[in-house]
Amino acid sequence: MTFFFHLGRYSAFVCKVFKKPDKHSIFFRQLSLEVENLGLNSFGIVALISVFMGAVITLQTAYNLEMPIIPKYTIGLAARDSILLEFSSTMVSLILAGKVGSNIASEIGTMRVTEQIDALEIMGVNSPGYLVLPKLCATVLIFPLLVIVSMGIGIFGGWAAGVITGEVNSADYIYGIQYSFKPFYVVYSLIKSVVFAFIISTVSAYYGYYTSGGALEVGRSSTKAVVISSIQILVFNLILTQILLT
Amino acid sequence: MIEVVDLSKSFDDKPVLSHISTIFDKEKVNLVIGQSGSGKTVLIKSIVGLHKIDSGDILFDGRSFVNMSDDDRKNIRKEIGMLFQGSALFDYMTVEENVRFPLDMFSKMTLGEKLDRVNYCLKQVKLENANKKYPSELSGGMQKRVAIARAISLNPKYLICDEPNSGLDPKTSIVIDELIFEITKEFEITTIINTHDMNSVMEIGEKIVFIHEGVKQWEGNRNQIFNTDNKELNDFVFASDLFKKIRKTQRYI
Repeated sequence: MTFFFHLGRYSAFVCKVFKKPDKHSIFFRQLSLEVENLGLNSFGIVALISVFMGAVITLQTAYNLEMPIIPKYTIGLAARDSILLEFSSTMVSLILAGKVGSNIASEIGTMRVTEQIDALEIMGVNSPGYLVLPKLCATVLIFPLLVIVSMGIGIFGGWAAGVITGEVNSADYIYGIQYSFKPFYVVYSLIKSVVFAFIISTVSAYYGYYTSGGALEVGRSSTKAVVISSIQILVFNLILTQILLT
Repeated sequence: MIEVVDLSKSFDDKPVLSHISTIFDKEKVNLVIGQSGSGKTVLIKSIVGLHKIDSGDILFDGRSFVNMSDDDRKNIRKEIGMLFQGSALFDYMTVEENVRFPLDMFSKMTLGEKLDRVNYCLKQVKLENANKKYPSELSGGMQKRVAIARAISLNPKYLICDEPNSGLDPKTSIVIDELIFEITKEFEITTIINTHDMNSVMEIGEKIVFIHEGVKQWEGNRNQIFNTDNKELNDFVFASDLFKKIRKTQRYI
């Protein structure tokens, strides 16, 4: 019953989020702030994780492909497909669920317990729309960019690790990442990132918006937002893979 | 004028307010008093629609708030200014941005007109030159005054205050009370204050509604309160020796 209660309330909440903004100029001002806060401020962590994950994927692949009949460029090929198909969209989204999701839930939760959301409602402002729509649009716009950046840096990290350790030479790696390239893998990854951005922003905002109590409950909402967003990312990853790659 | 008609509200089948009926007069400071947990805050949050009531009606100058559409309710809310117990200022905005926020959202003023209005409101609450400060840089009393300035920025017809003096020293409390009283008279507002501050009751209580365990026990004004025989009200208002002496003196007069 609790599941259906949350599903119903979440659906009603998302409907309110999509109501026409009270004032478009304020919406666009908020959107630019959220693009910076939720998107641009995440470039650092995405770049750092991508370079190391790319390196590790390349080295692990290299250590598992030591048979002489398997060409060395396969290392670049395997690293590219791992990064494009799974790492840059799913892993990066799971990390952003922690960073961005907790940020959204704690910010909105604090506004709830300090009556700032009540103040908005009393003024006649559609508070879910005012607070959440700019965050949702910002994440949906910026997450695909973060994924593209992650792909580039991850593949570069793999090249650097392979060349520095001598496991694969530069020419083989570059040939591998170009070999049998399917542009749809990038599209598939971008579609997933848009869906995950929607999940992270709305689920986190939902848990923040319905916080009641004090600081302890804000912390709980924040944790719950990250856990539920992460589970949903994993579930939708499976569903989207089944739909898009079969 | 705000009229509350037979209002009842419960949470999880536990009644919090039972059959409350009263009228809050225009251009008067109307006080809702009662012990902590008596249902005062639930009453004023129900009046402004933050709680959905179980039964009854709320009329804003004859307009039923309960039976109207969401859009009409939104329009009525633009006529309400509310002062929250914890001020509820937007902490990521400066004082100026906080006071300007309702104007940005709902007025068609130019930026210059909005800034003039902001400065006028801040002057009304005696807070000139605080425009660029953030709420965290202000004292509790100053935050309350900014919240009042924000509440009056759109020229509200109704001003609802939830415990405006909580957490303030007696001197600052008097300043806030006087400010609300002056604003009520100057702008002909229907003001409702939820309080358990006895100084407010004695100084600005033009109409007083006493709630006890979710039931309206008494209503009257600050002069009538000295002569009431309502036991719960007397136990609440004249709980201290000082107020008992004041009551005795007043009754002799």
